[in-house]
Amino acid sequence: MFKAKNFVIMALVAVAILMTVGSVLANESIIIQGSTTVLPIAQRAAEVFMENNSDVDISVRGGGSGAGIAALIDDACDIADASRFIKDSEVKTAVDKGIYPVPHRVAMDGIAIIINPSNKVNKLTLEQIRDIYTGKITNWNQVGGANKPIVIISRDSSSGTFEVFGELVLEGEKVVQSALLQASNGAVAGVVAETDGAIGYIGLGYLSNGVKAVEINGILPSVETVQNGTWPVARPLFMFTDGWPEGAAKSFINFLLSTAGQEIVSELGFVPLY
Amino acid sequence: MNWRNKEKFIHGILFIFAISSIIFLTGIVIVLFKEGLPIFHRIGLLDFILGKEWYPTYDPPDFGIYPLIMSSLLVTFGAMVIAVPVGISSAIFISYILPAKYKNFVKPIIEMLAGVPSVIYGLFGMKVLGPFLADKLNLPTGLIALNAAIMLGIMALPTIVSIAEDALSSVPRSFRDASLALGGTMWETIMKVNLPIATSGVTTAVILGMGRAIGETMTVLMVAGGASMVPKSFLLPVRPMTATIAAEMGEAAIGSPHYHALFGIGIILFIITLMFNILADVASQSFKKKVSAR
Repeated sequence: MFKAKNFVIMALVAVAILMTVGSVLANESIIIQGSTTVLPIAQRAAEVFMENNSDVDISVRGGGSGAGIAALIDDACDIADASRFIKDSEVKTAVDKGIYPVPHRVAMDGIAIIINPSNKVNKLTLEQIRDIYTGKITNWNQVGGANKPIVIISRDSSSGTFEVFGELVLEGEKVVQSALLQASNGAVAGVVAETDGAIGYIGLGYLSNGVKAVEINGILPSVETVQNGTWPVARPLFMFTDGWPEGAAKSFINFLLSTAGQEIVSELGFVPLY
Repeated sequence: MNWRNKEKFIHGILFIFAISSIIFLTGIVIVLFKEGLPIFHRIGLLDFILGKEWYPTYDPPDFGIYPLIMSSLLVTFGAMVIAVPVGISSAIFISYILPAKYKNFVKPIIEMLAGVPSVIYGLFGMKVLGPFLADKLNLPTGLIALNAAIMLGIMALPTIVSIAEDALSSVPRSFRDASLALGGTMWETIMKVNLPIATSGVTTAVILGMGRAIGETMTVLMVAGGASMVPKSFLLPVRPMTATIAAEMGEAAIGSPHYHALFGIGIILFIITLMFNILADVASQSFKKKVSAR
């Protein structure tokens, strides 16, 4: 048993060394978790922030708005990213556990309605989009396109993007059951880019040459039209903290709200607050 | 410490490791049922299983998983239609026809199929098979039940080939020699002697393959399309149970009915795979008896 004793001592020493090294390398650490929409902003901002503040260690995770807020409630993260406002039920659970979520609006996000570039349709009305998603319009020739069935791509109904789309476009009506489900903005864009008759919706930051954004009321989704409020499908993005942020979390959020932080927001294709 | 205590000490350590997997399983089952049962209190088991509408985030929400169960069963059935004939033929070929020196590298290569991460199968189905099916069958989209069935069939192959081959190989050599000595041809020997004896072993292989297919998540999430309607054809998009859990769990508010409903799906899935495993075990026990008793 002599060896086992040695091993235990060695393990203790190793743990002690790791702990000292850890505390010297990073004085403060922030864990950010939540919406995949806010993820690129949080990630890029964290990189820049850590370059200027080497004593802070930030780790950023995705998982979805609900997962982020749940983690905040469980005290498993310091900042929760959300592409929607916190729900009443979540506030209640949080307060019961002594957590007081405070929202910080960090950016704006427009949701673009996208179709395959080969589709000759360029504009739709909000009503037509709603009719497509609820199954009343099933062929592109009903909205001025070719005779081709419409392939509806939707997000999982618990995603923040779906929630905003459901509220602003569908006005609470149900998406037809035959709609295809994709689990992320990128996957929706990918399927629309590859499917001739497809229609989908994604965050403005995911627009690329592979897909074509649809005009609504003569307006194309862009930074300007989201900022001036003329694009009808837009939403604010949030970061939640437990109480007013302090220390590193405070300086991180202040950084994100500064001119430099908002530049990151627009670099990534989102819409800055100002 | 004398050697007796040392032995006891080592026994103790090994015991802890040995029962740890049982502890993990118990923990998983407890959590699964604790988080999933509230949904049955809310809407009733029958309405949950037989309800035809899955709109978990609407007000009022619908928690009917009948379309999801049927989707899972449809793609699993399709996968078996593809994997069973191919898998069993391969197993017969490898164990009786292929010379032993080739068998030693053909079998590991087939087993390597099992080591390919499921997300790779998903990518293949999404980017290669999907567009191909859409083009050849003239469909609006290639993300359909057929695509998922083909991918799952390929994924279930290594399980079926490997276990069926083990079963066929463990039929005693003397049976085969006796049949051949009585003038049976190779084909008659395989079909009338070896295969009937190995039936229960082959059945185990098929059931475990089914378990693999019905529990597969990432691939079906990527290639099955995800439409939550009761499937009417292999050429339409479907949404299996696993894909629903994977797509929605990240965003469901903890403690909400939606969250409990996703765990409820987990319970149903767990019961289905548990039944598969029990059946597989029964079949493999009866196979062992058959081979050893005669």
